[in-house]
Amino acid sequence: MTDPSSQAVVLFASISHALRAEKIIKAQNISCKLIPVPRHLSSDCGVCLRFNLSDRNLLENILQGKLDFFEIMSL
Amino acid sequence: MKTIYLDNAATSFPKPDAMLAAMISYQQTIGANPGRSGHGLCIDAGRIVYETREILARLFNIDDPLCLALTKNSTEALNIALQGTLKPGDHIITSAMEHNSVMRPLRFLESQGVKVSVIPCSPRGELDPDDISKAVRNDTRMVVLTHASNVTGTIFPIEAVGLRLKEQGDIIFCVDAAQTAGALPVDVQRMKIDILAFTGHKSLYGPQGTGGLYIRKGLEKKIPPLMMGGTGSRSEFEKQPDFMPDKYESGTPNTIGIAGLGAGANFISGKTIAVIRAKEEQLTARFLDHMIALRDRVVVYGLNNAAIQTAVVSFNVRNITPSDAALYFEEKWGILCRPGLHCAPSAHRTIGTFPQGTVRFSFGFLNTSEDADYAAEAIIGLINR
Ligand SMILES: Cc1ncc(COP(=O)(O)O)c(C=O)c1O
Repeated sequence: MTDPSSQAVVLFASISHALRAEKIIKAQNISCKLIPVPRHLSSDCGVCLRFNLSDRNLLENILQGKLDFFEIMSL
Repeated sequence: MKTIYLDNAATSFPKPDAMLAAMISYQQTIGANPGRSGHGLCIDAGRIVYETREILARLFNIDDPLCLALTKNSTEALNIALQGTLKPGDHIITSAMEHNSVMRPLRFLESQGVKVSVIPCSPRGELDPDDISKAVRNDTRMVVLTHASNVTGTIFPIEAVGLRLKEQGDIIFCVDAAQTAGALPVDVQRMKIDILAFTGHKSLYGPQGTGGLYIRKGLEKKIPPLMMGGTGSRSEFEKQPDFMPDKYESGTPNTIGIAGLGAGANFISGKTIAVIRAKEEQLTARFLDHMIALRDRVVVYGLNNAAIQTAVVSFNVRNITPSDAALYFEEKWGILCRPGLHCAPSAHRTIGTFPQGTVRFSFGFLNTSEDADYAAEAIIGLINR
């Protein structure tokens, strides 16, 4: 297990958005994984994308303009 | 007796093997509800839906696959577009060649105060883009046109209309690509299409119960959905999501069908539209060539030119009703076709075949030259009966 403090998640409007983001990010060779949204972050029942905090800026730049809504939260 | 299926304009048959394989694979190995929870199978199901969206978006040159909502067919997509957009007092322009999936919602909306102009077409089913331009008024909100007639196969000048409308103001251009998605190039950017409705079970070689609706980014804000309900997203709110595609995708989707649609569309992309079009054009030309010698006994409607129509041919054999002809073709030749009005009464009025209709032979990519020859032989058989 990686240390959770070194990871964060991106929340999306829907699973369609999450899947689009996953594809775009993986295409850039950044490691990430779709996981159920942790309860303490949102009451929504969907999925979010977990990634390494060190990739935060990179990831934000990639998603900017490609997805209308996303929110990055630390775990 | 062999069976020759010439009713591809109603729904394509047979389908590529890959379509069924994808459906079986989804049901046997995934099966879960896409986007309704976060477990692995749910994500896998969501991925299948997303991949289908992406393949279709690429096919229609749609930049963002999320601008594409999946529906149960063209009819649902058209109803969302028409009933969602038009309000009493709005003016809409359409053509006389439209299918009832456009005409019926419009006649209903007309009864609610929407003003509807139906632009006449030539007896061969042609639309003059000038006539659309001239019909535009200050209160014109939308133009809705089929890309090709399901009765005559006549291809409409969609790009010409799209370009002119963009110069004429803020008019929504909605295109019904039920007959052309997968069979002809459909490019929402080049053709200036704001809303595209298509069905999955015809030339996209997906199963029945699939289709889609593309809405230009931002325009969805002005189009309320017809149905609301669970989307798996924003579950904490009781208000319907207002973003694409969830806004128009309430309820558990037809995931197994969408898996098949993705495989069908992949089949198309693999072959390329150019190759599919060339084959369908060749089959149509071959059949039409046979008809030349039968000119005295067979009336072929529409353009009679494979290069500018789809693989749909409507005809009548003199003194024989379409239904009698179709019965003969099935019983004596094993040819399955569609006689009658093809859900498009106004199109038949335009070509002068209302109310008895025509016999329609429609070829698909999986038909052969022998099928086209055999179809012509059957007509000769009917004439000499
Ligand atoms: C031109 C046209 N529009 C719309 C439709 C409706 O398609 P669907 O029945 O799949 O909704 C059809 C086919 O039936 C059609 O030929």
